[in-house]
Amino acid sequence: MFITISQFSDSPIYQQIQDQLIQQILSGTLAGGTKLPSIRLLAQELHVSVITVKKAYEELERAGYIHTQAALGSFVCKQNAEDRVEQKTQRIESLLAPAVEEALLLHISEEHVQAALHTLFANRKHNHDDND
Amino acid sequence: MEPLLELNQVTKTFSGFTLNNLSLRLEPGFILGCIGPNGSGKTTLIRLIMHLIQPDTGSIHLFGTSMDAQERSVKDRIGFVYDEPCLYEDVLPFVMKNMVKQFYSRWDDQEFFRYFELFELPSDKALKHFSQGMKMKYMTALALSHHAQLIILDEPTSGLDPVSRHEILELLQAYISDGDASVLFSTHITSDLERIADYICLLDHGNHRFTLPKDEVLDRYKLVIGSLEDLAAILQNSTAFLCGYTKNSFGFEGVTDAPEQIKNDFPHIALEHCSLDNLMLYLTKRSLNI
Repeated sequence: MFITISQFSDSPIYQQIQDQLIQQILSGTLAGGTKLPSIRLLAQELHVSVITVKKAYEELERAGYIHTQAALGSFVCKQNAEDRVEQKTQRIESLLAPAVEEALLLHISEEHVQAALHTLFANRKHNHDDND
Repeated sequence: MEPLLELNQVTKTFSGFTLNNLSLRLEPGFILGCIGPNGSGKTTLIRLIMHLIQPDTGSIHLFGTSMDAQERSVKDRIGFVYDEPCLYEDVLPFVMKNMVKQFYSRWDDQEFFRYFELFELPSDKALKHFSQGMKMKYMTALALSHHAQLIILDEPTSGLDPVSRHEILELLQAYISDGDASVLFSTHITSDLERIADYICLLDHGNHRFTLPKDEVLDRYKLVIGSLEDLAAILQNSTAFLCGYTKNSFGFEGVTDAPEQIKNDFPHIALEHCSLDNLMLYLTKRSLNI
C-alpha cells in the first residue's frame, strides 16, 4: 500500500486517500482480503486528521471496495472478476463524467468527444508499444 | 460516547466584549483547533474552560463533572500550556519539573524524560536561558507527562519556527492516537490545523461561527474568483452566495458557502480550495473603508 498526500491539490485529502486506495484495489496491488491499517494509525502516519481517514474508509465501504469488521479492522473485499469489471467501469465513468459536463457546456458533440478519446488511446498506444 | 468537554450556551461579558452563547463538545480521540482573529475570544474560551474565570450564564462540564465541584480532580486530568511561559526562571528544568510533579497524581517521570530528550532540551541551563521555543517545548513536555485526558494549549505554536511547530503537532497527534485523549488548541497559524485538526471552531468578535469537522469546512467553503461583472451578477442574484469578498479594479475574490449553487448558476466562475486563512479572513472581515 502506497499513499501520498498533496497539500496543494484541488481534491480534498480524504478524496486523495480514497482515490489512491481504489486505484490499488482495482489494479490488484491490494488483493482481496488484505487488511488495511487502522484509521488512527494511518492518520498518524500521514499526519492527517482521524476524521479525514475515517471519511475515506466510509466512502470506500459504501462503494463496496472494503468492508469493516468490528474489533478486527477493515479489509479489501474479495470479489469475482465480474464485480471487478463492473467497479472498473464505474470508476472510469466517474472520471469521464466531468468531461461530458464540460463538453455540453462548450457545445461539443458526442462524436467529437469520442474522437478525442480515440486519439488519446491511439497516442498512448503509440508511445507505449508494449502496453496493451 | 461521553464527551471530555462540553460547553452549553456559555456567555461571558467584559466591558466592550462578549463571548456569546457558545456551545461545543469534544469527544475522546480528537484534535479541536480554535481559530479567530485577535480579540475574537479564543483565550477567553480557554480561561473559561480552565475555571480561571466564570461564565455569566451557561454551563461547562469536563469529564462529565463541573469544575465548581471537582476542580482539583478535574485539573489532575488536564495538561495545560499557557500562551506565555509561567515558570520559575531561575531554576534548572528538573527542579521546576519536581515542583510541577507535586500537583499531579499520575505524574510519570519516564514520560517527561522521554519528551525532554526528544526535544533535545539542556538539563544544565536555568530556564531563563531557554529560548522561547525551548520554553514552549519544555511546557509541552510538562503538560504531556501526567497522563492527562485533555490537553489544552493556548497558541502553542505562535513563537515557534516551522520545524519546532511540526515536532509539537506530531507529538500531539501521537498523544491522541490511542483514542482516549483529546487536544484543544487555539492558534492563528491556521496552516497548522489544515492537516491534523479533526474539528475547527471559528470565533469572530466573541461570536461562535461554527464548530465543524475540518473536512466539512473545507468542502462547504470555497474560494470564488471572477471578474467584476461576475461579482455584480452574483450579488444581484443573491447576497447569500458570498460570505465575504474583496474586489480590485480587475476582479474579485471571495468565499462562498454554496459552491454547488454557484457552480450551477455561474458555471464559468472558478471555484478553488479555500485555505483556513482565507476562510478566517473573509468570514470575519470588517470593512475598513479605505
